[in-house]
Amino acid sequence: MNPRRTLATAVRVLRQLRHDPRTVALIMVVPCVLLIILKYAFYNNAVAFNNVAPMILGIFPLLMMFLVTSIATLRERTSGTLDRLMTMPISKLDFLFGYALAFSLVGLVQASLVSLVTLGFLSVTVLGGTLALIVAAVAAAILGTSLGLLVSAFATSEFQAVELVMPILMPQVLVCGLFVARDQMATFLQRLADVFPLTYSVDAMKQVTTHSQWTGELKRDLCVVLGVAAAALVLGSITIRRQE
Amino acid sequence: MLMANGILLTHVGVTFDHYQTALEDISVALDGGQIIGIIGPSGAGKTTLIRALVGRQRITSGSIDIFDHPAGSAQLRRQLGYMTQGAGTYSDLTVAENLRYFATMANIPRRRITAAVERVLTTTELSPHADRLIAQLSGGQRQRVSLGIALIAKPKLLILDEPTVGLDPVLRASLWQLFEQLAASGTTLIVSSHVMDEASRCHDLVLLRDGRLLAHGTPQQLCQQTGTTGVEAAFLKLVGAAK
Repeated sequence: MNPRRTLATAVRVLRQLRHDPRTVALIMVVPCVLLIILKYAFYNNAVAFNNVAPMILGIFPLLMMFLVTSIATLRERTSGTLDRLMTMPISKLDFLFGYALAFSLVGLVQASLVSLVTLGFLSVTVLGGTLALIVAAVAAAILGTSLGLLVSAFATSEFQAVELVMPILMPQVLVCGLFVARDQMATFLQRLADVFPLTYSVDAMKQVTTHSQWTGELKRDLCVVLGVAAAALVLGSITIRRQE
Repeated sequence: MLMANGILLTHVGVTFDHYQTALEDISVALDGGQIIGIIGPSGAGKTTLIRALVGRQRITSGSIDIFDHPAGSAQLRRQLGYMTQGAGTYSDLTVAENLRYFATMANIPRRRITAAVERVLTTTELSPHADRLIAQLSGGQRQRVSLGIALIAKPKLLILDEPTVGLDPVLRASLWQLFEQLAASGTTLIVSSHVMDEASRCHDLVLLRDGRLLAHGTPQQLCQQTGTTGVEAAFLKLVGAAK
């Protein structure tokens, strides 16, 4: 690995985004708008919204960054640029970490923005404070990026990359505790939720909402989220082959 | 046999998914410092052979040695310029941004990157378009950006997959002039093409058909051998003889 090439790759990915302001606007604005809609959906139940909004903050950045990253890397595989890079003196890790770095930065901005809108404009209060909320939201965005990098290896077209959101992320959303408290679910679904990384992202948000301290459970949740992100990145490096 | 400046293919075979044979038993020794044409109709295995040469395609049998290194080895990656058949460029970046990025990936020191980019922009006649996005360029211009990326590090070995496809005749002629200049200065060029009149501009030819080596030799040799006056006629005659 070489820091110069990793950094140059991250800068290149960000430059591509800069030439595509519509994508940037979609990444930044859409989650905020959706949360605003949700606030008015819970018009008569501010307490419920106060509990749900942080959980959504553990999901949206992940979902969005998953989509953006998986399609961006898929394009790299199909357009011939990856072919080219793999015949050059660049390491696979330069490529992968370059992507992870660039999109984690985008995730940082997005998650921070959505967090601030949620706390400020939507007057949601969390006992854990602004910083803890942002940290948990950014961790979710990083997890989305790594999973997107990994999953793009299993898609052969942009169609498939988008379609993979349904089987890979939706089951995690359904059992993460957003719709039904996890201890109310059938036992086998509880066990399933235990192995889904999204569960920990949402759980971290619950901890932030209800505790003023950085609880042990919050720290554990964040470790799981970032650990799975790291593991997905390592697996992703295996799916990129220099020789096919 | 020592091939310090050459390319040696020994019984090279490529099979996809254990049953579909793309290349079969190709053995040929090629000298460096010249333009080597890989010629054949579409589906003959040209791109597979090119991908095997650049180290992107794993060969299932035989061996490929380039300048005494196995194809795909780390030493070769520093001497290789590869132009893919597809775009191989970032369509949402400008011409200059594409060139700068690949220059960094090719290990060109930071202080020499601007000069390298300028040089390639001039060579490919793209200077007026340096700040335009690839997506806004014509097909021929994109093709030249792709070639420019392959040229950026002044590679000793230039492998070009159908570099002139879709280009107008004037541009095509000027690119072939460039290829000749590069070969004259010691660069080894491997160029694939399905256009037979381009074959006559190569110094050495590898004719492929159905994944097999149909013939190898200079255009003159192939014409003499078949008693024809052009590569296309020679190719047809060789196909007839092989049947």
